[in-house]
Amino acid sequence: MSPMARTAPVPAATDPAIIRNFCIIAHIDHGKSTLADRMLQLTGVVQQRDMKAQYLDRMDIERERGITIKSQAVRIPWEVDGTAYCLNMIDTPGHVDFTYEVSRSLAACEGAILLVDAAQGIEAQTLANLYLAMENNLTIIPVLNKIDLPAAQPEKYAAELANLIGGKPEDVLMVSGKTGAGVEELLDQIVRDLPAPKGDPNAPARAMIFDSVYDTYRGVVTYVRVIDGSLSPREKIQMMSTRATHELLEIGVSSPEPKPSKGLGVGEVGYLITGVKDVRLSKVGDTVTTFNKPATEALAGYHDAKPMVFSGLYPMDGTDYPVLRDALEKLMLNDAALIYEPETSAALGFGFRVGFLGLLHLEITRERLEREHNLDLISTAPNVEYEVTLEDKKVVHVTNPSEYPSGKIAEVREPMVAATILAPTEFVGAIMELCQTRRGILGGMDYLSEDRVEIRYRLPLAEIVFDFFDILKSKTRGYGSLDWKADGDQVADLVKVDILLQGEQVDAFSAITHRDKAYAYGVMMTGKLRELIPRQQFEVPIQAAIGARIIARESIRAIRKDVLAKCYGGDISRKRKLLEKQKEGKKRMKMVGRVEVPQEAFIAALTTAEAPKDKSKK
Amino acid sequence: MTPSALPLGDPAPADGILPAQAAVGAADRKFSLYAHIPFCAVRCGYCDFNTYTATELGGGASQDAYAETAVREVEFAARALAASGLPPRKLSTVFFGGGTPTLLPAGDLTRILGAAIELWGLEDGAEVTTEANPDSVTRDSLQELRDGGFTRVSFGMQSAVPHVLKVLDRTHKPERVPQAVAWAREAGLNVSVDLIYGTPGESLADWETSVRTALSYGPDHISAYSLIVEEGTKLAAQIRRGQVPNIDDDDHAVKYELADALFSEAGLNWYEVSNWSRTPEDACQHNLAYWRGDDWWGIGPGAHSHVGGVRWWNVKHPTAYANRLDKGESPAAGRETLDADTRAMERIMLTSRLSEGLAIETLSPEARKAIAGLIAQELVDPLKAFAGTLVLTLKGRLLGDAVTRALLD
Repeated sequence: MSPMARTAPVPAATDPAIIRNFCIIAHIDHGKSTLADRMLQLTGVVQQRDMKAQYLDRMDIERERGITIKSQAVRIPWEVDGTAYCLNMIDTPGHVDFTYEVSRSLAACEGAILLVDAAQGIEAQTLANLYLAMENNLTIIPVLNKIDLPAAQPEKYAAELANLIGGKPEDVLMVSGKTGAGVEELLDQIVRDLPAPKGDPNAPARAMIFDSVYDTYRGVVTYVRVIDGSLSPREKIQMMSTRATHELLEIGVSSPEPKPSKGLGVGEVGYLITGVKDVRLSKVGDTVTTFNKPATEALAGYHDAKPMVFSGLYPMDGTDYPVLRDALEKLMLNDAALIYEPETSAALGFGFRVGFLGLLHLEITRERLEREHNLDLISTAPNVEYEVTLEDKKVVHVTNPSEYPSGKIAEVREPMVAATILAPTEFVGAIMELCQTRRGILGGMDYLSEDRVEIRYRLPLAEIVFDFFDILKSKTRGYGSLDWKADGDQVADLVKVDILLQGEQVDAFSAITHRDKAYAYGVMMTGKLRELIPRQQFEVPIQAAIGARIIARESIRAIRKDVLAKCYGGDISRKRKLLEKQKEGKKRMKMVGRVEVPQEAFIAALTTAEAPKDKSKK
Repeated sequence: MTPSALPLGDPAPADGILPAQAAVGAADRKFSLYAHIPFCAVRCGYCDFNTYTATELGGGASQDAYAETAVREVEFAARALAASGLPPRKLSTVFFGGGTPTLLPAGDLTRILGAAIELWGLEDGAEVTTEANPDSVTRDSLQELRDGGFTRVSFGMQSAVPHVLKVLDRTHKPERVPQAVAWAREAGLNVSVDLIYGTPGESLADWETSVRTALSYGPDHISAYSLIVEEGTKLAAQIRRGQVPNIDDDDHAVKYELADALFSEAGLNWYEVSNWSRTPEDACQHNLAYWRGDDWWGIGPGAHSHVGGVRWWNVKHPTAYANRLDKGESPAAGRETLDADTRAMERIMLTSRLSEGLAIETLSPEARKAIAGLIAQELVDPLKAFAGTLVLTLKGRLLGDAVTRALLD
């Protein structure tokens, strides 16, 4: 057994030969953060008394949802056979929306721990990230976690992992992040199996940014992995994509609290602080060099994160618009993938059209805005970006159904994705049926093991941003998992369906759908609104229309009775409180023309295509 | 009648002394007494009032001892009001509700009434009502009530249709009602009947039968309440389990309109959303006192009181209630002291339900602006509005709460 390192190697003076850079590839819930916690504890980096569960997940939302949104790097010492090694653990985001960030984290490593729950087996996103790691020539250490669970099936899943990476089931390490079993052996194996980083210490400095975080007190903290040369304090640095130069105010390593150092050398991982306030000035994937001795060639793999999903965000209370604006401005400092522009909706008032990497990114952003800025928000149904070519050859990019051009359209192209779904074989039929109804084209199918299968589909992005994942989960009793990446675009026969309340178009409910599905959307949405909108003092017709053609209609009958019959033997207090409650409810109504629409109706109508969810589940 | 759940309020002091605002202007306000009789022979499936069947209570809270306990609160009330600086006022109206007041011997009811009259006195021609179950009165008991000072009896008829009465758990035989009404007339009592509409399973024809039957008795006054399904009642559970169909607001609206038409045809006019009377003098003065915001003291477990913008309510359980009074303490469980805004809001909420209406000049400029819209929606009578009073139309009566909200926006 390896002891805790007695003397940790010093940053800026560490021989690359004793450095091991690795990340952990794992699915949400498979115990990555718990394993990381255990490593911090075992190596003595975090004292027992400072330990809190999921130490590295800093944001409340991360800790609550048990997922890591932002990655971080921690330098940990570990001694094997009398040599003190320096291990850099790079924590990767664990969700499909953050594929690009994951790819940069992988690019900063020589090896990866493939961490899989011994009771659940590998999931689609883990598999996708594993492929990504293998493409990057990373050395993979397969590990099964949670072997202490009664439901663990280590033999079965060890065989599955061995099959995937081409090794032997006996080579799969068994650990328990919870009890700590096997974690020391894992640390030893990282030292033995992973290659040391290679780079030219004398070449001009090149360091790759794999994360960039905004800190209220310190400005942007940039996490880098040095490939060639070295960086030192008070040096002027340069971003190779923009040629922007910054003063290097502080350089250091996290272990896991930030600790300034004399610099960073080849193979080392650490942070830079330049005093800039916007993460856009320090983008993930960019190459950092020095101003005085700049490198000529940037590291490969840099590109801008591209938003894929768009949604309108509106304050429930119109007077909160400035609060939302300031909140978005602030959030943008910490989220280079977030883009937004002001937008007006006849139904919802002033708000913003916001672009996200995916649905989770949308959900997290919305939740953070609401929680951290005390806002009540309505988010419109998520949309993808359509490229509409008009007959006069003009090209329009549409991210909001209300901007969809009326008439004279030559061609519409919609973004496509390559989706990978993993599930037990018994669900193959249900999954194929679902993908078929979502206009998917089967790309292939492979068995991971006897009873688990990988199914590949090419699908329109628009078909998976709404409720696809929820339905997949329910059709596979929770066992199905999904990963997707952008895969070009295709021409499609699309139309805009409008929803009219009392003859008045409600832009927030408009949708762009495939022509074959327009009718179904119209029927679903009008039916749902009839259930969600309370009866008014007059009849409210609800219609769905393509252009001037009505394709579905419903009607909310006028309310005829809204009065309490009696006052219960003088209990006026009770009647007054009821009235106050009704008035409070009215405040949460949006006026659409003369129709009062409760916020819940917008949320329920816009969040899922299924019937309104049972309120008790919320 | 008192509801099952008490409001949340401030603690009430044991001595019953009221905040200073209660006495302000009291000499110009009328004063009424409500007496709650918390006993029933059986508990009806729809009822969430504070009432107990004979087998549910014993000891000091028993039916036998109740009159004595109630008299103790009457005496407590007189002392507390005087100590709070209120001037002596004669009773303007008295109302005995329940429960089933007539489950107590008539002598117990007249004893409580007598104690109140002795302490406060009674205005000339004051209305003194008791609720009664058609089953629990006799010719003699009604005469005894009349002789003891009661002037009016309100019969819980509810329906004339056996299968509707069954869903309501009402035990009386429909043919018993005309008999009871005739005895009451003989004794010289003014007569009202209570009806309930919208009971699960009640057809429109059933309801018409009930209304026409009630009218055939020639009452001076009719109350017609839509059935409200209260949480925690047997009826609510039956609906939840699908054993009886749920109630329907549209059905209620249709039945209300039918009742209003038939009552009017028979010469009874509405004076409050759920109440109709033959002449303005036949309107239940005690009921009006509630809507007009007058003062009243409610005795009995769970009873509510109001004096000058102070509202309080008694502890619910008869045993706890009796114990408090035995110790000479106020039986109040909690109270609230309304500020000027809340009182103004209540005034709109309450007086807009009356045919005598709400004086528009007392409304805020914002509330006045809403009236044009209410007239356009045919909820408010335009001619009366131009003459300065807000009075609901038939449609407006059915949407009375919406009107109140519009005026309070």
